[in-house]
Amino acid sequence: MDHLVIAGKTFASRLIVGTGKYSSPAVMVKAHEASGAEMITVAVRRVNISDRSKESLLDHIDTSKYFLLPNTAGCYTADEAVRTARLGREAGLSNWVKLEVIGDERTLFPDNVALLEATRTLVAEGFIVLPYTTDDPVVCRQLEDAGAAAVMPLGAPIGSGLGIQNVNNLRIIREFARVPLVVDAGVGTASDAALAMELGADAVLMNTAIAGAQDPVAMAEAMKLAVRAGRLAYQSGRIPRKMYATASSPIEGLVGR
Amino acid sequence: MKIKLNGDPLEIAGPVTVSALLTQLDIDARRVAIEHNLMVLKRASFDSTHIREGDQIEIVNFVGGG
Repeated sequence: MDHLVIAGKTFASRLIVGTGKYSSPAVMVKAHEASGAEMITVAVRRVNISDRSKESLLDHIDTSKYFLLPNTAGCYTADEAVRTARLGREAGLSNWVKLEVIGDERTLFPDNVALLEATRTLVAEGFIVLPYTTDDPVVCRQLEDAGAAAVMPLGAPIGSGLGIQNVNNLRIIREFARVPLVVDAGVGTASDAALAMELGADAVLMNTAIAGAQDPVAMAEAMKLAVRAGRLAYQSGRIPRKMYATASSPIEGLVGR
Repeated sequence: MKIKLNGDPLEIAGPVTVSALLTQLDIDARRVAIEHNLMVLKRASFDSTHIREGDQIEIVNFVGGG
């Protein structure tokens, strides 16, 4: 079987999905099942002290079936991200973290300088760090050198659904990377996920594309199939692109010639 | 005594342990992580960690995210 391996841990699925923005926990659970994903991301937030009535997210997630990847979404400094990662480790069951250090509110683009700093700190503390970064091959290499267990460049801004904006950069990152390449963010529909995989990504991480679809459960299945199709196509070795036609049927033996 | 809990001031009868505070707040200790004066606590130390006047406590859990 063709498995995803990150930091020595094996996953049968190359699709990683989020837990945010679902209309209900029941829809989320069904979408997760349909996606076939084994790794799911969660956010770390303050408990609402005044209103204890809300159900816990973990009431709806079978942690024997899904591997939880806590994120540091919403953190704007290396210090905040490191604190959040440490809390996520205590709240969860592992030392893995999807590291985000945001640098700009409107684009949610990462602050790569702070990201590198937080990566170094957390790697030194024994974390398995999966950093969300821009699609910059140099930054990806720096993150790798800092000890990141994977690099997770964006395809487009978080939640934008624009699809892969810089195909060439992802190709270069694929060529450079010695750790798994996960395209994280920007996917809008199945063909975007397939393209990411055709470019050689080891996995795709998405949230809004599934949770925000009119039918999240069906879209989750579409994404599962797209990731598998894209992976198979990448492994199969596509034909070269040519300007002109090449006949598929024999040119000899035509009637009347 | 006064403490700061999740960024807000809170008046509690104290001193108390972290476990006792969680009980007072009706919070399941297995579902949260706690930072005490910027130090993340191991779950095993909730019973033995005492909260004092002016302490800063953060109680977090997992919520939906991407």
